[in-house]
Amino acid sequence: MSEYKVLVVEDSPTMRQLIVFALKRIRNLHIEEAGDGVGGLKKLSAQKFDLVVTDINMPIMDGLKLVSLIRNDPQYREVPVVVITTEGATEDRDRALALGANEYITKPIQTARILEVARKMLGI
Amino acid sequence: MTDNKDSAGIHSRAEEFLQVFKKGTEFTQDLLKENERLRFRVLEVEQQYRSETPNVELQLLKESLQRAETEKQEILDKIRSVEQENLDFSNRYAEIEAENNLLANLYITTYQLHSTFEVSEILRIIEEILLNLVGAEQFTLLLCDENEQLFQPIINETGEPQIASVQNSDVHIATALNEGQNWIAGVDELKTLGDTEVKAVIPLTVDDDVIGVLAVYRLLAQKSEFTEIDEEIFNLLGNHAAMAICTAVLRRENVGRINLRQGFLGQV
Repeated sequence: MSEYKVLVVEDSPTMRQLIVFALKRIRNLHIEEAGDGVGGLKKLSAQKFDLVVTDINMPIMDGLKLVSLIRNDPQYREVPVVVITTEGATEDRDRALALGANEYITKPIQTARILEVARKMLGI
Repeated sequence: MTDNKDSAGIHSRAEEFLQVFKKGTEFTQDLLKENERLRFRVLEVEQQYRSETPNVELQLLKESLQRAETEKQEILDKIRSVEQENLDFSNRYAEIEAENNLLANLYITTYQLHSTFEVSEILRIIEEILLNLVGAEQFTLLLCDENEQLFQPIINETGEPQIASVQNSDVHIATALNEGQNWIAGVDELKTLGDTEVKAVIPLTVDDDVIGVLAVYRLLAQKSEFTEIDEEIFNLLGNHAAMAICTAVLRRENVGRINLRQGFLGQV
């Protein structure tokens, strides 16, 4: 059975832990973590991922910039990206989707929602 | 003489022939009658067969239909039973998912609160929990100043500095301080309360001693009510956040003076 690789980019350790906690319920899933967009890009360039889950509001490089860079780089432009948006920040959400994000999750996060979206994106 | 004899013989044979012919005629008539009777009988039988056959077929069809109806009813009952079972499983799955979500939130809240001795880090974690797990947009954390008996805002994410002066003038905050009881607004109350009015008040307690209060003023736009998970997180925060803050303060005040290993061994 093939292994899926997921990259979680989130500056908040609490949120990162919650997302990883939820994703670990999917079998054969390898999870890498990064605290901001720059760290996320480094991980992306080092190995191939099947899914990227990223927060929007992050220091150094935010999620919108990360989505934009992913979609404009032939190396990983096909990787599905899920963005996590705060409150009813519809503007951020719409910008992320316009930049090429595939799906979004709003806070407060439900583990079931993370699982649902991840399974959909991974096609399992 | 001979002529007379011949004539008598001929006459006699003619008589015999006539008798035979007569019998033949009678036999033929009998045959015709029998033929007529049999034909009539055939017609009768055919008619009877024609009238009886549909009844037999109809009866067979009725029986077949009855069996099919019975089978159909059994299948429908089975489908209903399976559907009910499926619904039960679906409900159970939803319950387990909710429980899993609750446990994940509680586990992470506890894990994060006790992951550091830095007060500022603990306060940041409380903010993250309120924002990301509960969905509180504006809130404040007031800690008791033991000397002045006033509650100073330690976290003030309300965007309105004057909220810091609310302190125990709010009836719910006063109740939380005096009785150590949570107050969480219900769905109907949330609809009527204004932005600057408190929506939830959680006393922070250590050994029944209230050291502070957590007050939520506004929820995220998409959040219309507090859930069971929120209440559990509030309960957990009420105890563990206070304990984490106290532990961190004690640690900071006693850095270099506490030898954990010796201290622990001394208690055993």
